[in-house]
Amino acid sequence: MKKLKLGKYAKDNIITYGMIILVYIVMQILIGTGNISSLMQGLLVPLCVYVILAVSLNLTVGILGELSLGHAGFMCVGAFVGAFFSKCTQDVITADLPRFILAILLGALSAGVVGFLIGMPILRLRGDYLAIVTLAFGEIIKNIINVLYIGKDSRGLHFSLKDSLSLGLEEDGMVIINGAQGITGTPKNATFTIGIVLIVITLIIVLNLIRSRDGRAIMSIRDNLIAAESIGINITKYKLMAFSVSAALAGIAGVLYSHNLNSLMATPKNFGYNMSIMILVFVVLGGIGNIRGSMIAAVVLTLLPELLRGLSDYRMLIYSVILIVMMLFNWSPRLIYLREKYSPKRLFKKTREVR
Amino acid sequence: MSFISYLINGISLGSVYAIIALGYTMVYGIAKMLNFAHGDVIMVGGFAVFFAVSMQGLPTIVGILLAVILCTLLGITIEYIAYRPLRQAASSLAVLITAIGVSYFLQNVALIIFGANTKAFTSVVTIPALKLADGQIIISGETIVTIISCIIIMTGLSLFINKTKAGQAMLAVSEDKGAAQLMGINVNRTISLTFAIGSALAAIAGMLLCSAYPSLTPYTGSMPGIKAFVAAVFGGIGSIPGALLGGIVLGVIEILGKAYISSQMADAIVFMVLIVVLLVKPTGILGKKIQEKV
Amino acid sequence: MRKFKKEISLFLVAAMTMLMLAGCGGNDASSNSGADNAAAGTETTDDSAANADNASSDNGSESAGAAEGGAFKIGAIGPITGSASVYGLAVQNGADLAVKEINAAGGIAGFQIEYNFQDDECDNEKSVNAYNTLKDWGMQMLVGTTTSGCCIAVAAESANDNLFQLTPSGSSVDIISGNDNVFQVCFTDPNQGVGAAEYIGSNKVAEKVAVIYDSSDVYSSGIYEKFVQEAANQPFEIVSSEAFTADNKTDFSVQIQKAKDAGADLVFLPIYYTEASLILTQANSMGYEPKFFGCDGLDGILNVKNFDVSLAEGVMLLTPFAADAEDEATKSFVTAYKEAYGDTPNQFAADAYDAVYIMKAAIEKSGATPSDSVSDICEKMKGAMPEITVDGLTGAAMSWDSDGAVNKSPKAMEIVNGNYSLIQ
Repeated sequence: MKKLKLGKYAKDNIITYGMIILVYIVMQILIGTGNISSLMQGLLVPLCVYVILAVSLNLTVGILGELSLGHAGFMCVGAFVGAFFSKCTQDVITADLPRFILAILLGALSAGVVGFLIGMPILRLRGDYLAIVTLAFGEIIKNIINVLYIGKDSRGLHFSLKDSLSLGLEEDGMVIINGAQGITGTPKNATFTIGIVLIVITLIIVLNLIRSRDGRAIMSIRDNLIAAESIGINITKYKLMAFSVSAALAGIAGVLYSHNLNSLMATPKNFGYNMSIMILVFVVLGGIGNIRGSMIAAVVLTLLPELLRGLSDYRMLIYSVILIVMMLFNWSPRLIYLREKYSPKRLFKKTREVR
Repeated sequence: MSFISYLINGISLGSVYAIIALGYTMVYGIAKMLNFAHGDVIMVGGFAVFFAVSMQGLPTIVGILLAVILCTLLGITIEYIAYRPLRQAASSLAVLITAIGVSYFLQNVALIIFGANTKAFTSVVTIPALKLADGQIIISGETIVTIISCIIIMTGLSLFINKTKAGQAMLAVSEDKGAAQLMGINVNRTISLTFAIGSALAAIAGMLLCSAYPSLTPYTGSMPGIKAFVAAVFGGIGSIPGALLGGIVLGVIEILGKAYISSQMADAIVFMVLIVVLLVKPTGILGKKIQEKV
Repeated sequence: MRKFKKEISLFLVAAMTMLMLAGCGGNDASSNSGADNAAAGTETTDDSAANADNASSDNGSESAGAAEGGAFKIGAIGPITGSASVYGLAVQNGADLAVKEINAAGGIAGFQIEYNFQDDECDNEKSVNAYNTLKDWGMQMLVGTTTSGCCIAVAAESANDNLFQLTPSGSSVDIISGNDNVFQVCFTDPNQGVGAAEYIGSNKVAEKVAVIYDSSDVYSSGIYEKFVQEAANQPFEIVSSEAFTADNKTDFSVQIQKAKDAGADLVFLPIYYTEASLILTQANSMGYEPKFFGCDGLDGILNVKNFDVSLAEGVMLLTPFAADAEDEATKSFVTAYKEAYGDTPNQFAADAYDAVYIMKAAIEKSGATPSDSVSDICEKMKGAMPEITVDGLTGAAMSWDSDGAVNKSPKAMEIVNGNYSLIQ
């Protein structure tokens, strides 16, 4: 650090972005030479989705210091808005890329707006109470999407909260969002390259936010709310800022998710609290507030169940055991002590302390 | 007339939530952790009774005792292996994640042992249903037993915590672990005891849940667990009467919402009410106000 | 410092896992060169070998014929963990049983079958992962997937690869529409909904009908919609239609109360038997005794362990399969299934069992061989499917349109004395 005279965070940035670019290049080479399994190839986009989710939730949990259990809800909003847009405009905008970019922007915007609207009343709650309210909102979003029917015919769009029959579509009409059956036939526009670009954009947004004046204000709220308030930091504003940015980024992940699968449904599995908790696991396992760590944790925990496929029925059992053991290993004070005592400390001595 | 039946149905559902919430709130109030595995301990309790009574043909009371003992041991073990090492961890979220790990673990163990097929649970309640107004209004035996158990457990817990030495120790630990230790309280043992009691309650809750809704799968506990958690927050988490109140209120809202607004949106309605309550009273109906220290 | 080390170790783990996965599929996905799977590289042999080992030992399919490269590789997908696992496990076992029987009897046209089942947890994304895993294994034909939602997602992938897919129980229309490589063993949802409405109407089973359905489930809401549509043309009236969701499926008192208040004399349950068993119990305790009418999802209700079957007395269902049926084929299937897996098979198991035999018939008709490419096999099978007629457990003389839908007639069953009996 002394020699290079880089900025305070430059080295950190180089490692983070370098890691992504390295992974990208390696993967591209593997794809190019055909040395990659279909499984891995199919997993590339989902990995990008989960990495973005992990980074975005880290903004709420790690940087703002508030526990959110409704992150999948924002992802759900993004996914459905994006897929809805793509499906609607499939005939109008024929070029894939511009349409997909518009879908991403729209998905991010709507998720961000939802995040803002939800955040406004609830962010004054603290701790576990905030957690349960975010969980509640996530479930509400999922529940509403499950009863939402939208159809399109020559007279325009039709909405219903009952069933697709009450849309009253004309003969040529098309049901776009069909309640629990969701959206079928979303164009498969998501590619690994777009995913990586989106990760980089997410990182740029999050890292720059953290290291800006606003970011320091947000972190001061995390570290001591009362002290932050007493020096005149507008708590509500900064909380909302972090929360809506985080929601918007989750929306991006949602759009990416929905454009990778042909059929999109809001099930308890993909947009329920289970998914929110899963994203939280990425964040906590990777180190709360540690952006790079949460990215890696997202990758590891997404790949793990796939690697354990050979175990058949015991797969999820072993997965849960590994999860517990990893958590204990990473977080238990006694294990941390033992680890440091017996680890080759000097190996990394020259490396800069990372926060 | 149908309103009254809905109300009674709501109370029966609510009583089931309440009995789960009692265990939840107990653990949360003392150990200050969201035990996501609580719902799955309930499922284990249900399976224990099912195994003993329906598969082995043991008398009901033996089955219940077995379930309580098994769940108590399970609770202590889980606490010892998965939660205790992380009690001093840098973030309280760490233990939340291991709780989720434990939850997955229990579900999958049950899946491997008992398989995924639904088991019909034979109700352990033998008292007949109460029929009022020419059979128009029916209060099932399960509901009566559940409500009575709720009240007994609530009173018992309140007495235990306020009148016994161990209970006072629990209160002290929940207030301040460090100070409690200095006062000569064995914090580890106290928290173990909390989990033991919480899990024993889970066994009873599991049995009553399955008696009221007799379908048992490895995933039986997870959704009622979350709902009961909501109920506990509703009533003011950590407050024992609050859990009972929260459970009943939640059940009634759910049923009335289903009946008069939309059966598809029952969950959204419940959660909406929860949010409104928390916004008006940020620590739940009977919750204590949190003091912020500078 | 500590954190940094942690990161490094995590990163290494990530890199290793990625490499392992990446290395696994050295062979081209669409090639079918059978047994060379294990030759992908030193570090990966462990993994893929373990995979293959496990698949064969778990599923009991002997891969004896694999050595000569002369075996069909049939994959299957379904949820064997998670709340939908009961369906996936049934499909896993049903198909496994059929594969074993066929292999023991000398295989398909002299070729043995290799069988591999992958878990999808009933999640669309995991299902595509499972599909890709099977592709890496060298799958040539797919029995799957078990659930409708996943099946739509996987069908889009298989159509892209032109891989022959036969779903035992994915009943949504979206699965086959536009995908000419996908065929169904079960009825489509609209088919069931219309069928049920017509049956109730033409047999004058009831005049006032209530519906309780799962609005968060593709299967259930699909049937419900068509049922309501068709009901308009039938001489009965729908007096109450109430829904429940996956998160709210223990208490049905409101739905039952509403049906009761509306005076319905028949309750239509286009749902699975797990919830239906609860509805029957709760209706009974509320003193409500209408006629219950269900679709194929209701099959299995008598096999719920410990269920008081007297509650199901008089329940009518339209189902292609009943485990208690008296014909020889069903009897021997049920006996063999019980022996092998210790459970009574449900309709999913029967569908999967049929699926394998249907594949066998189509292969024999088309003359496909394991050495053909995946796409060639698919083309041959596509040609053969509309031409074959199969007598299976789930229907006599099943035949297919080229769009993938099956033609067979459902049987109307009534539960009498704790057993299914065919209504003539």
